[in-house]
Amino acid sequence: MELTQNHFELFGLPVNFDIDTQQLSERYRDLQRTVHPDRFANASDRERRLSVEKAAQINEAFQILKSPLNRARYMLQLRGVDFDNERDTHFDPMFLMEQIELREELSDVKSADDPVIALSKSMDDIGKRHKAMIDELAQLLENEDSTQEGKQAVQKLQFLNKLQQEAEAIEEELAGY
Amino acid sequence: MALLQISEPGQSTNPHEHRLAAGIDLGTTNSLVATVRSGLTETLPDSEGHHLLPSIVRYSQDREPVTGYDARAESSKDPLNTIISVKRFMGRGLEDIQKREKKLPYEFVETESAVPRIHTAGGDVSAVEVSSEILKILRQRAEDSLGGDLTGVVITVPAYFDDAQRQATKDAAKLAGLNVLRLLNEPTAAAVAYGLDQEAEGVIAVYDLGGGTFDISILRLNKGVFEVMATAGDTALGGDDFDQVVAEWIMRQAGISDDAHQNISHHQLRRLKHEACAAKEALTDSDSVSIKVELDDGSHWQGNLTREQFNELVEPLIQKTLMPCRRALRDAGIEAEEVKDVVMVGGSTRVPRVREKIADFFEREPLTDIDPDTVVAVGAALQADILAGNKPDDDMLLLDVIPLSLGLETMGSLVEKVIPRNTTIPVAKAQDFTTFKDGQTAMSIHVLQGERELVSDCRSLGRFALHGIPPMVAGAARIRITFQVDADGLLSVTAREQTTGVESGIEVKPSYGLTDTEIETMLRDSLEHAEEDVDARNLREQQVEADRVLEALEAALADDGELLNSEERAPIDQAAVELKLKRDSGDHRAIKKALDDLDKAAEIFVSRRMDTNIQKALSGHSVDEFSE
Repeated sequence: MELTQNHFELFGLPVNFDIDTQQLSERYRDLQRTVHPDRFANASDRERRLSVEKAAQINEAFQILKSPLNRARYMLQLRGVDFDNERDTHFDPMFLMEQIELREELSDVKSADDPVIALSKSMDDIGKRHKAMIDELAQLLENEDSTQEGKQAVQKLQFLNKLQQEAEAIEEELAGY
Repeated sequence: MALLQISEPGQSTNPHEHRLAAGIDLGTTNSLVATVRSGLTETLPDSEGHHLLPSIVRYSQDREPVTGYDARAESSKDPLNTIISVKRFMGRGLEDIQKREKKLPYEFVETESAVPRIHTAGGDVSAVEVSSEILKILRQRAEDSLGGDLTGVVITVPAYFDDAQRQATKDAAKLAGLNVLRLLNEPTAAAVAYGLDQEAEGVIAVYDLGGGTFDISILRLNKGVFEVMATAGDTALGGDDFDQVVAEWIMRQAGISDDAHQNISHHQLRRLKHEACAAKEALTDSDSVSIKVELDDGSHWQGNLTREQFNELVEPLIQKTLMPCRRALRDAGIEAEEVKDVVMVGGSTRVPRVREKIADFFEREPLTDIDPDTVVAVGAALQADILAGNKPDDDMLLLDVIPLSLGLETMGSLVEKVIPRNTTIPVAKAQDFTTFKDGQTAMSIHVLQGERELVSDCRSLGRFALHGIPPMVAGAARIRITFQVDADGLLSVTAREQTTGVESGIEVKPSYGLTDTEIETMLRDSLEHAEEDVDARNLREQQVEADRVLEALEAALADDGELLNSEERAPIDQAAVELKLKRDSGDHRAIKKALDDLDKAAEIFVSRRMDTNIQKALSGHSVDEFSE
């Protein structure tokens, strides 16, 4: 396992957005069976430290590969897209309008007659947009040259993710957690 | 099946010898020790046949502390010196304890250290020391029963324990002279015991309501891999709270008003809790129970509590467990109906109302046929047996998660999450920081654990002071801080300045934990007590370590020696010979040095071997294809 290996190579998979999740999980388990610290409970300190490092690296790679958003972002990074510079973000008016609507729908939840039903509708709407966005992203990633469009799609997806998290926070609040 | 092998202390071990290992369930109310013997997993009894050890320690002047049933017998008479449910104080500060626990019958003493102490006739003791007394008894029990020193133990902790609580548990084990192979989450331990027994596959939920803590874990079981998908809980919710609401009900019925609580004696409070607990237990099988308590003025109160009334009293508490269940399901990304089995663990799941509510929530009858008191210790013993190396070909693997998010304090007293909750461990995350001032050589970071946004709403784990940053203009330094959570769920922090590669020194000030010096002092004190020499102990530890390392190396070389050419191999063999010589030198420092040298010499071999095994795992899926 060299540092130059990317996460896909680490799992012996082709660099592809369309991923066999079953195979990914199987490889993950096989790799952890080999490197996990439980396998080195009686080994030397060095081996134990190394095992913690490798297991953490495999966990990290797995987290990135199994989430469509993280996977897409990672693939774009491999293609040289820099996500640190967020200033060049311009969203189309359609997307912004839609965001405002989704956001308003969510913020009205607490004052609704039945907040639970209102929240569940809001979460559904966000979820639908989320799914559509992932499909769009999958399309974009097939073309090596659409890196800028891809970057924008990833950023849109991050917006939707944030909305989803806020909706979940409201859900916990409504449940009194 | 080979007969139990008994080894003399100090005798060197051979690779196929059975190593003595045990699993310990260090519970709020009761503790247990279990082991795998001749292929059977069993909990170990004391000389009177009791398997459970009440987690109670009584301190007195001029006498060794008394633990277990004997301590419990005196707890009402001597409440101030008899410490019960000490697990609730582990890794907590005084303010924290007093905020969470109402009406505690102890005298807490604030000390210079972050760890509060309880004043007793036997001196002021910390929760870590009290817990170590319980562990010492269990260690003795295991060693007597197995006829030798324990190689190592697996100790279980609530999945929802934070870093400070885990560290405190590990410290207690160290004080008790135990080698901790792993801290294992209680619901995961239960899942192992259940899963191996039933050969279960698929998604299961473990609902663990103990004496003082509550956990819910969702796991996926797949061909021997136990993968925790999510966990949630409450480390201050359990059977104790059920007793408390019943005790309060009795007080109201007996006309002792809530306002007068302060005036009720500690003895009275203990008696009330005893009666409340007995009533709760009786209501598992009966519809109604009669209660009689002696009051402080010598009079008696007598009354009846029906199961229906009891259900009403505990309803809010059970309700409180459902929210973590919801969160765990969501974090796991599954719906309740996808859960194949619900495993009930912990004594409090005997309460019929708890079972009913859980059946409603998961829309299926929970499994109650396993013993909720022993299943955790049994799971821990199974894991200990594997970690000790007694089952080299076993495929079992536990993949657990961090229960609470780890974060850093940022501007405006806000917390920025670095590692989100339910991330699989071990995990490492790096974060880059820079300096604000020209020539700045030090900086401080504040690490927190919790889900909330404000620093004041999260739990402070510690402050790390970085020093030795090379002086540069403001903003030029790039300090990469790496947070690593190991397989025990414990955090460590390292820092390196990226442009110069200078490793920064880190000074840790734990918010609630003991410092290394404090532990060392406690260790010395307890050894003085036992009239054992610290040097002798160090020597013994280094010898055990030398044996372990030599044996592991021998096995590794036998398997993968072909990865080295003779030139690469020579220094390793030489260092191993040196270590063998030093092992019997009687000088623990010399052994330590030889161990370090061997470790260095084997560096290439170790990493080459790891990489080769990873390649094998990927391409082969079975090791057989690679053996000639």
